[in-house]
Amino acid sequence: MPHNIFQSNAGKESLTRPPTMLERFSDNGFRLAALVAVSAILMLVVYIFAEMGTGAWPAMERFGFSFITGETWSSATKTYGILPEIWGTLYSSILALIIGGVFGVSIAIFLTQGFLKPAIATALRNLIELLAAIPSVVYGLWGIYVLIPAIRPAAETLHQHFSWIPLFSTSFSGPGLAPAVIVLAVMILPTVAAISMDALRRIPEKTHEAVYGMGATRFEAISRVMLPTASSGILAALVLAFGRALGETMALAMLIGSANQISLSLFAPANTLASLMASSFPEADKLEIHSLMYAAVVLLVITFVVNMLGLWIQQATKRKFEGV
Amino acid sequence: MKNTTKNTLKNIACSIVSAAALATFSTGAVATEKMVGSGSSFIYPVMSAWTKDFSRSHDGVQIDYQSKGSGAGVRDLISGVVNFSVSDAAMNAEEAAQVKGGVVFLPVTAGEIVLSYNLKGIDSLKLSREVYSDIFKGNITRWNDASIAVLNPGVTFPDRQITVVNRADSSGTTYAFTNHLSAIDPVWADQYGTGKSVQWPQQANFIAAPRNDGVAATIMQTPGAIGYMEYSYAAYTRQPMAKLENASGNYVTASATSGAAALANVQWPENLIAFAADPQGADAWPITTFTWMMVAKQNPSPQTAKLLREFVNYILTDGQVTAEKMGYIPVPANLKARMKQAAEHIQ
Repeated sequence: MPHNIFQSNAGKESLTRPPTMLERFSDNGFRLAALVAVSAILMLVVYIFAEMGTGAWPAMERFGFSFITGETWSSATKTYGILPEIWGTLYSSILALIIGGVFGVSIAIFLTQGFLKPAIATALRNLIELLAAIPSVVYGLWGIYVLIPAIRPAAETLHQHFSWIPLFSTSFSGPGLAPAVIVLAVMILPTVAAISMDALRRIPEKTHEAVYGMGATRFEAISRVMLPTASSGILAALVLAFGRALGETMALAMLIGSANQISLSLFAPANTLASLMASSFPEADKLEIHSLMYAAVVLLVITFVVNMLGLWIQQATKRKFEGV
Repeated sequence: MKNTTKNTLKNIACSIVSAAALATFSTGAVATEKMVGSGSSFIYPVMSAWTKDFSRSHDGVQIDYQSKGSGAGVRDLISGVVNFSVSDAAMNAEEAAQVKGGVVFLPVTAGEIVLSYNLKGIDSLKLSREVYSDIFKGNITRWNDASIAVLNPGVTFPDRQITVVNRADSSGTTYAFTNHLSAIDPVWADQYGTGKSVQWPQQANFIAAPRNDGVAATIMQTPGAIGYMEYSYAAYTRQPMAKLENASGNYVTASATSGAAALANVQWPENLIAFAADPQGADAWPITTFTWMMVAKQNPSPQTAKLLREFVNYILTDGQVTAEKMGYIPVPANLKARMKQAAEHIQ
């Protein structure tokens, strides 16, 4: 029989061995540490909800559902209601999402679909990400001192000539929905752009080759193939941006006019849940603090619902559009 | 390889020991008595001057003041984390009962609330009681309204919307202003009431900004705006202030004299909490606010109590000069004597 390495090694020390005590401990230890970390995060979320809930309970008992349908916030008459704030939060966030989303996705397409030299595309990409680094207080100040005076002439003309359109039906007072929506759109733009760019760049090269090989024009390629393929990523970007817009506090507190009104007009002042809480908390008395906690619970629920909706839409579109 | 590891460990140990040594030697040899207060943002400019001067002139004493808002100051005093707190709306009976042993209220300074406006070219504006309360109720919405023109003959008003700027956050300034409006206008008292935050008329020309400086900035940026704020902010931003009609029917300008005239006739009860909602007097400024320094009657140690009494004494003597220089209204003489008496209760 030819020289058999296994036979010659038989009886000597084997190549494999069972794990040592140290290896077993470190393996189990790491697994335990990871489990502890995950449960800590879950417990933290539950704890936050529980604390908010207990803090809000006295207000929930006292006002019940009328808190969500009430329209006045007054510590003089001790009546609190957040319907205008819920309206303001959702209306401003949706408008900002439409503007920021359209611009963000367009920027993502422009920077990834071969319209520019790669070096210029990278430079512009970094510039967009710089927008995300600006603190929101700076956006607020920019809004008050630069944006509002800049849109005042246009706003007054629109109101003068087109006040029959509900969007322009009130006079421009300065702080209001219009500057707030514009600043919010600028703030969520880098989020939408960055994540959409990632989604578009993840499309495999063979898809590009296939669609251009078939003779499609650039527009057909982008609209019929690239966007649907990247749709789950772009939707994730939009959901994230919407979540950010819902929670934005400082810039809106300065720009939205903090008035408890419900109006379709872009030039009317409004209020959001986050800016209500930020403004009222420092000087609030006991009942007001419980009411603010109740408002916080409502905001948490809205954000939760929006995120769930986003996840569901992602699941629904993934299988239908991607096909990769 | 082993040598360098040993060396690195030695270096690390040395640096830790020397850092610890530096830390222990740099904290200073003198034990400082630290006192802390919190509360109203209105009094912050003059209070930080007072605490600095007092700490400098008294060896081994350090007083700090945090401007968190009157409500937060009241909460801090109740929970005992501060030695004193300052509030624009004092405390109500329920809150005072939560402090063990009771609270001493000392109205250490006062301010005026003015109506500042932004109308290009109009340096002087007279508003009667009816007109300014109508503006804030939303009944008068344009500057060229007849009722405003009647009070200011010879002035041409633009056909602009009156943008009313209120406070977005709860504040003692709103409390004092709504207190005054409730006193002069029964409709206001009925519909809106007095409070740190009220539900303003839900019209498109009512906007709000956070804090006194936010209101001042918004008025400066918005043509045709009018809003209420503390006198020092309007003076600092050099915005024009309206002349208001007082209880005697005279139109007065906000200044130290009209402020002092407003406070001279206030009746002070035993606990020194009084609100001059509608001051009487020919030269009185109609909208004033006091700020109360609140100290618990029972303090943790006799040294703290003694220092607090000395601080109050300082505020009532040298402190008043500083306050007047910074645009605050000094305490009238008759009140000073009563405050010195009340301060004796700090034990």
